Amino acid sequence: MALTGEPPAALSRFQKLAVLLGLSGLFIVLLAGFNVDFPNKGIWLSISLTAIFIGVFWFTKEAYALKLKGIKNDGVWFKSISSKGLWAWITGISLTGFYIVLYFFPEFLGLVKNGSNTGIIALFDPLSKLLSGNPASQWFVYGSLYTVAILAFGIKFIWKYRHNRYEIIRTISVMFFQTAFAFIIPEIMARLNGNLPYYDLKNIWPLNYYNFERYRINAFIDSGDIGMAMLLFGVLSVFVISPILTYKYGKRWYCSWVCGCGGLAETAGDSFRQLSDKSLSAWKVERWVVHSVVVFVTLMTTAVIYSYLGNDTSKYWLTKNYFLIGVALLLTLIFVLVMVFKREQFQKDARYGAIGYFAIIMALIGFHYLSGDGNVFLFKSETLRKSYGFLIGSIFSGVIGTGFYPIFGNRVWCRFGCPMAAILGFQQRLFSRFRITTNGGQCISCGNCSTYCEMGIDVRAYAQKGENIVRSSCVGCGICSAVCPRGVLKLENGPLKGRIDGNEVLLGNDVDLMTLVNQK
Amino acid sequence: MEKIVIIGNGVAGVTAARHIRKNSNKRIIIISAETDHFFSRTALMYVYMGHMKFEHIKPYEDWFWEKNKIELLRGYVSKVDHEKKELQIEDARILKYDKLVLATGSKPNKFGWPGQDLHGVQGLYSKQDLDLLEINAPNKEVCKRAVIVGGGLIGIELAEMLRSRDIPVTFLVREKSFWNVVLPDGESEMLNEHILDHHIDLRLEANLTEILADDSGRVKAVITDKEETIECQMVGLTPGVSPNVSFLNDSGIELGRGIKVNRFLETNIKDIYAIGDCAEQHEPIGNRRPIEAVWYTGRMMGETVAQSICGNRTEYKPGHWFNSAKFLDIEYQTYGWVFSSNGRKEHEQHFHWRHSKEKICLTIAFHKETRIFLGINTFGIRLRHEIFDKWLNEGRDVMHVIKYLKDANFDPEFYAAYENEIAAEFNLKFGTDIKPEKKNWKRIFAIG
Repeated sequence: MALTGEPPAALSRFQKLAVLLGLSGLFIVLLAGFNVDFPNKGIWLSISLTAIFIGVFWFTKEAYALKLKGIKNDGVWFKSISSKGLWAWITGISLTGFYIVLYFFPEFLGLVKNGSNTGIIALFDPLSKLLSGNPASQWFVYGSLYTVAILAFGIKFIWKYRHNRYEIIRTISVMFFQTAFAFIIPEIMARLNGNLPYYDLKNIWPLNYYNFERYRINAFIDSGDIGMAMLLFGVLSVFVISPILTYKYGKRWYCSWVCGCGGLAETAGDSFRQLSDKSLSAWKVERWVVHSVVVFVTLMTTAVIYSYLGNDTSKYWLTKNYFLIGVALLLTLIFVLVMVFKREQFQKDARYGAIGYFAIIMALIGFHYLSGDGNVFLFKSETLRKSYGFLIGSIFSGVIGTGFYPIFGNRVWCRFGCPMAAILGFQQRLFSRFRITTNGGQCISCGNCSTYCEMGIDVRAYAQKGENIVRSSCVGCGICSAVCPRGVLKLENGPLKGRIDGNEVLLGNDVDLMTLVNQK
Repeated sequence: MEKIVIIGNGVAGVTAARHIRKNSNKRIIIISAETDHFFSRTALMYVYMGHMKFEHIKPYEDWFWEKNKIELLRGYVSKVDHEKKELQIEDARILKYDKLVLATGSKPNKFGWPGQDLHGVQGLYSKQDLDLLEINAPNKEVCKRAVIVGGGLIGIELAEMLRSRDIPVTFLVREKSFWNVVLPDGESEMLNEHILDHHIDLRLEANLTEILADDSGRVKAVITDKEETIECQMVGLTPGVSPNVSFLNDSGIELGRGIKVNRFLETNIKDIYAIGDCAEQHEPIGNRRPIEAVWYTGRMMGETVAQSICGNRTEYKPGHWFNSAKFLDIEYQTYGWVFSSNGRKEHEQHFHWRHSKEKICLTIAFHKETRIFLGINTFGIRLRHEIFDKWLNEGRDVMHVIKYLKDANFDPEFYAAYENEIAAEFNLKFGTDIKPEKKNWKRIFAIG
């Protein structure tokens, strides 16, 4: 006999209507995809996006508004969509298909080079013209749908967690940053100053790995003061702003409050957070993969910048050689500081990894000086950039990262692929006030925290030992704390002292016994 | 190599095994008839509700046991022979031990009700009970109504579980208010309201008289002491638990309700220990009961017995009492002692505060004359364990607690805070003039 549970209830009548409404909105987009030429595209686009938005909104209201506020995870593992069932696979495959078309075959969406758009992209032309004055591109279509998804599912998320003010405020924040910074401001900037490159100001290197490429640097410089200000901001955000904020609040200030990838994961992806792999082996894979991406992006960016710098100091102070020496010095400085001051906090294999990677980069820089001019390191910078853009920028972040939400969970990209998350995480682990405090001995090892951790952290493993959770991958979404039935977990920014060591005394017996247990 | 055998793979037995492994190379064998691997008993409800799958409530991955050389044996111990130092498993196999730890847990109480063994009648304690519930109450079509008998923690959990599948629930509670043998009246009253808000048919001061069967021997209705007949397809019996010790009846090990142990968790027989739910102290420790069927105490006893077994004979000295639970959507925490109106001592005075709209409240107990702080219950407010442990150690008075309550708040960031309101009400009631201090990290971490 199969001992599987059954979902608590089928859809209500209004939920069915909401599904109808939302899908009819999508259907309009789909029809446009089959080259149905809508007259009055502005109106049809408005109808479509509004229908999608209201469909999600209405469905959610029916699902949560009538229930008492509290944790709403009933039946998560019984529903096909949230437990890798048929609907999950259908959704995953459809999304993946969409990403493949978007990245590699935009002409199927109606993109026409040197001519007016057709299909879906043409449907979005009126909105694009309204904002930037230019016709839409596949990226504009994607950005619009992305924003609608974050807004509609953001409202869903707020409704679902309406007892939890941390979740409400955080979600309003990601909705704001997506709508304003990723969607509207860059389009308006393009309207005001046509030379400015598209710049989502909240995207920070290495997430926008292309930021320091030659064409962008030139565009920044050509746009005068405002361009220079943006370039300066790009550099400051990597080296000053983000380290300060991460020190004060942990990487959550970015990953679950500002970032667009994180925003989509937290809102549209919320139903899939329980699917992340919590096993120890997954953690080992994660550390190697994500740090390899960091090494890759560092090499690639260095190579790209190097490739367009000159050799002559009289033309520009920053030459190829100065730049490489600068990179080497910066990396060495970080490496030495960490090894001197934070060595104890590193686990063994993390230390080997760090030493290994450091050696690789240094060796490559050394090769360059030994092998003379021509290529950078051992590679052509252009090849590096192209393979990074293809492998990481498209395949990993889009096709796998989002397309596979319903199979691998909603933060696959953030966990295994995002170099920005890895760098912020490195700092969060070693130099930040943020931690998840475990409340003395109150843990009952139930596993809700680990199950609903989208980053696949085995939160319970720490909580049941009375240890605080200080993990580089934690994005600070706060759901572990929300789903804990016993009030054990609290995200907080406290003093560095005592951040990692838990208070084992309360877990067990009286103080005498625990001094014995703690003597290692 | 000394061979340690532990009967029971719950939190007590497994904690003992882990700590014995930490401190020694002894051979460790854990026997369980219930499951292959340790799971969190308190989380069984979430499996039925679909929040988690069974594999999620296992705190350690399956490779953990072999890696730590903890041998797991599935079987039911039917007899203990302490003279030969051996166990009989399922009346057949023999297993020798050098030291034996009994961590057999509890079983649900049944009080001899007519019909209590019918099909469709069950308790909720073990993995088997969970599997049975999937048969008895898979959905609201098969189970059109369930009746739960016994108003304690397991009763309300079972009600929440069944409601998650929209099954109508009638909840028979003997007392005149839910769990008021443990909780002060104001808190118990608030929970009554919350239970009704969840559309649970709460019947206070109602007792079960009889369970009726249909022709096939399945439950079809219950009769209450008010001579009311309630039709139902499932009956949950949750009037508490008692130690699971019947297999030891003729073993020579001294039994009361549980296995009698001294403060070192030793039974009357050398090299046999008992820990967790099944252990019964000769003398209660402080205000504690002689049998404590609580997750946390099971864990503490496991740690203690591991020390003794590894050569460092250690007394079981639990620190200040603490506990927690969740009643539907309301979290409950307690530190120190707050007694209900039946258990309250002469000198114990209460300060009760309740939010005007939300289901949030707290009760602080203190000594009437000295105003020494005795304990706190909170509902819907999380508190910092360390802080209350410290205040209890230091013997602080209730004014100190009110003044520094912000240090002890453990709610997530941005939550509405009620300390000022609480202090104002305290001032009003007791004629004091306490101004709450701001939260201060230095004070919070000034421990030890």
